[in-house]
Amino acid sequence: MTPTLQVFLIVSAALFSAGLLAALSRRHAIFILIGIEMMLAAANLNFIAFWRFSPQPPSPTGVMIAIFSIAIAAAEAAVGLALVIAVYRHYRTTNVDHLNQLKG
Amino acid sequence: MSRWIIDHLWLICAVPFTASLVILSLPNGRHKSAATLAVAGQIAALVMSFFAFLPTLQTPVFRAVQNFTWFTFGDNALRLGWLLDPLAAVMLMMITLVGLCIFVFSTGYMAGDKNFVRFFAYLSFFSGAMLGLVISNSLLLLFVCWELVGLASYLLIGFWIERPSAAAAAKKAFITTRIGDMGFFLGLLWLYGRSGTLLFYDSGNGCLESTGLAMLGASATFIALLIFCGAMGKSGQFPLHVWLPDAMEGPTPVSALIHAATMVAAGVFLVARVYPIFSLDAIEGVTSSLTVVVWIGVTTALMAAFIAMAQADIKRILAYSTVSQLGLMMVSLGVGGVAAGMMHLLAHGFFKALLFLGAGSVIHGCHGEQDIRKMGGLRGLMPITFSTYAIGMMALSGVPLFFSGGWTKEEILHVTAHWPASRLPYYFLLIGVVLTALYMTRQIIYVFFGDRHADSQHAHESPRVMTIPLIALAICAILFSVVLTPAWPWLHDYLTDESAHFEFARLIQPALFLSLALVSVGVALGIWMYRKAGAQNRQRPPDTDPLEFVQPQLFRFLESKMWIDELYARTVVAFSWMSARLSDWMDRNFWDRLVRGFGGIGQLFGIFTSDVDERCINAGVDETTIGTRGLGRLMSAAHSGQIQTYLGVIAIGVLALLLFYAWLA
Repeated sequence: MTPTLQVFLIVSAALFSAGLLAALSRRHAIFILIGIEMMLAAANLNFIAFWRFSPQPPSPTGVMIAIFSIAIAAAEAAVGLALVIAVYRHYRTTNVDHLNQLKG
Repeated sequence: MSRWIIDHLWLICAVPFTASLVILSLPNGRHKSAATLAVAGQIAALVMSFFAFLPTLQTPVFRAVQNFTWFTFGDNALRLGWLLDPLAAVMLMMITLVGLCIFVFSTGYMAGDKNFVRFFAYLSFFSGAMLGLVISNSLLLLFVCWELVGLASYLLIGFWIERPSAAAAAKKAFITTRIGDMGFFLGLLWLYGRSGTLLFYDSGNGCLESTGLAMLGASATFIALLIFCGAMGKSGQFPLHVWLPDAMEGPTPVSALIHAATMVAAGVFLVARVYPIFSLDAIEGVTSSLTVVVWIGVTTALMAAFIAMAQADIKRILAYSTVSQLGLMMVSLGVGGVAAGMMHLLAHGFFKALLFLGAGSVIHGCHGEQDIRKMGGLRGLMPITFSTYAIGMMALSGVPLFFSGGWTKEEILHVTAHWPASRLPYYFLLIGVVLTALYMTRQIIYVFFGDRHADSQHAHESPRVMTIPLIALAICAILFSVVLTPAWPWLHDYLTDESAHFEFARLIQPALFLSLALVSVGVALGIWMYRKAGAQNRQRPPDTDPLEFVQPQLFRFLESKMWIDELYARTVVAFSWMSARLSDWMDRNFWDRLVRGFGGIGQLFGIFTSDVDERCINAGVDETTIGTRGLGRLMSAAHSGQIQTYLGVIAIGVLALLLFYAWLA
C-alpha cells in the first residue's frame, strides 16, 4: 500500500487531537507542555506531507519550515520548562488548577 | 527757612495728621506721650505757620501757589494745589495759636478721661484738616478738607458716645452740615462745568481770576449761593444753625476748637476765599448773592442773640453768641467788608476760645455743673478764671479801646452803615450789639457774682496747665487790638494789600462813641436786670430768671430756642419719617412681594429642573452604570485564571470555525 496524503493527514490529525487532549485534560504543567509539543509535531508533519505531495517537491521549502518550527519548539520547550521550574519554586506546585492568579 | 516752608506748604497740615495717626496707634494708657505728640505737632505747625507768615509781610500782594496734577482722565487733568496769601497766612497763625492753647488746656481738662489718647488723636486730626482747608488752592481740595473737618467734628462732638444726647448731637451736627455741603458740592460741580477748573489761582487761568470769572456769566449768582449753602451749614447760619448749640455735648475744649479756631471759621473763610464769585459784576458793591448773605447774616445775628438771653447752660449761651457773631461776620462779608469780617473772625477766634476754655475751667471747678443758675459767687474762688473770663466777655461785648472785639465790631458797623442797598442791617446790628453786652453781663453776674449757690460751695481754681492757656488767650485778646485800631489799621491793610501807616487822629471817631454808648447801655441794662439774680428775692420764686418773671411767655419762647428744633421735628424730620415709613411700607408690601413673586417663579423652575435631573438624567446615568457593572461582572466571570479553560475555549472556537468553513464549502 502506497502511502497517500490522506494517511499522513489522518495520522497528523490524530496526533494533534491526542496533544490537544493532553493539554486540556492533564493537570501537571509538564504534561501540558508535552501536549503542546505533540500538537506542534502534528503541524510539522502536515508541512512535510503537503510539501512531499506538492506539484514541485524538489524545492525544500516544507523541510525548511519544519526545521525552523522544530528549532522554535525547542526554544519554546526550554522557556516553558524554565517557567515551570520558576512557578514550582514559587508556589511549590505545578498543578495548573491552583495557578489561577493571572486574571483580570 | 521761609522759602522752604512755602515750597512745602502741605507740611503744615501733614504734621498734625501724622501726629494724629501716631497717637491713634498708641496703646490706651499712654496719656503722656499722646499729649506730648499732639502738642508737639501743634507747636511744629505753629512754627511753620510763622515762617510762612513772615514773607507775606514783606511783599505787597503776596501770593505763593503750588499746583500739581492729581490724576488725568481723557484730555482733562484734575489739578490741586496749595496757596499762601495774607488770608491763608493769618488764618494759619490764628488756628495754630488758638489750637495750641486749647491743646494745652485739654491736657488738664481731659486728665481723668479714659479715652484720653483717642481724644488727642481726634484733636490733631481736626487741627490738621482745618489747616489743610485754609491753605488749599483748589475748591475740590478745600471741599475734601471741609469734609474731614466735618468728620472730626462728628467724632469729637460724639466723643462721650455713651451719652445718648452726645451721640444724637454728633449725628445732628453731621447731618445738618451735610445738607449745606450738598449745596456746596452742587456749586462746585457747576463751577467746574462753567469754568473747567477748580483751582483758585493758576497764573491767570484759575476760577477766581479774570478769565475764569468771565466764563461764569449769569450762573455766578447761583454758584455763589450754592457754595454759600455749605458755608451756612458749617458756620451755623440760619436756618442750618441748629447743630451748633447741640454741639455743646462734646467736651468743652472741643467746643472751643469748633467755635473759635476750626469748624465755624471754615464757612466765613470759604466765603472770603471765593469772594470774587460773590462780587462778580457788582453794582456799587451789591450783588443778589451778597444781599442774600447779608440778610441771612442779619437774621442769624439777631435771632441767636435773642435766644442767648434765655439760656441757662453756660456753654449754650456761648454757643448762641458764636452763632450771633458768625451772623455778624456774614453781614460784614455781604456788605463788602471782607477784611472787617476776617478781622472779626480772627479776633473772635481768640476771645471765643478764651470764653469757652474759661467756661471749661468753671465747669471743671464746679465738678461738671453747667447750669449758670446753680453757680454764683465764683469770683473769689476762681480769680484767674474770673479775670480772664471778664476780658473775654468784654472783648465779645465789644467794649472799645482795649479789647480786640470792640475794634472789629466797630469796623463791621462802619462798613454796614455804608451799604448802599439798605440801612436796615445797620440798625439790626446795633440792636445785636446791645443784646450781646446784655446776655454776657447776665451770664457773668450769674456765674461769678452774687451769693454762692449750695451746689458751688466746693468749687476750686483749675490747675496751672489750664489757667496758663487762659492767660495767654486773654493777652492775645487784648494785644491783638494793636493791629486793629483805625489809627494803625495794619491787619485791615494787610488783608486788602495796602500798606498801613500810623495816624493817631483816626483813633477817635464818632463810631467809637456810638459803640461805647451801645455797650454801656447793654451792660447797664444787664446789671440793672440781673443784680439780684443770684440772691433770694421775696417777690420772685427762687431760680427764676428776671426776664421770665416779667415776660414769662417771651422767656419760654426764647428758652426753647424759638421752637426751631420743634419746627424742624414737625416738618423736615416728620417728613423724612413719613417718607421713611412710606418706603418701608412699599418695601414690605410692594417690592417684597414683587421679589417674592419672582422668587416663586424661580423656585417653580427649580423644582421642575430638579425633577428632570432626578428622574431623567440621574436615572439614566444610574441605569448605565448598573448595566456596565453587570456586563463587567459577566466578563470577569469568564476570566477564571484557569488556562486550560481558555485553551479549551480556543479549541472549541477553532473547531467551530473549521466546521463553519466546511459548511460554507
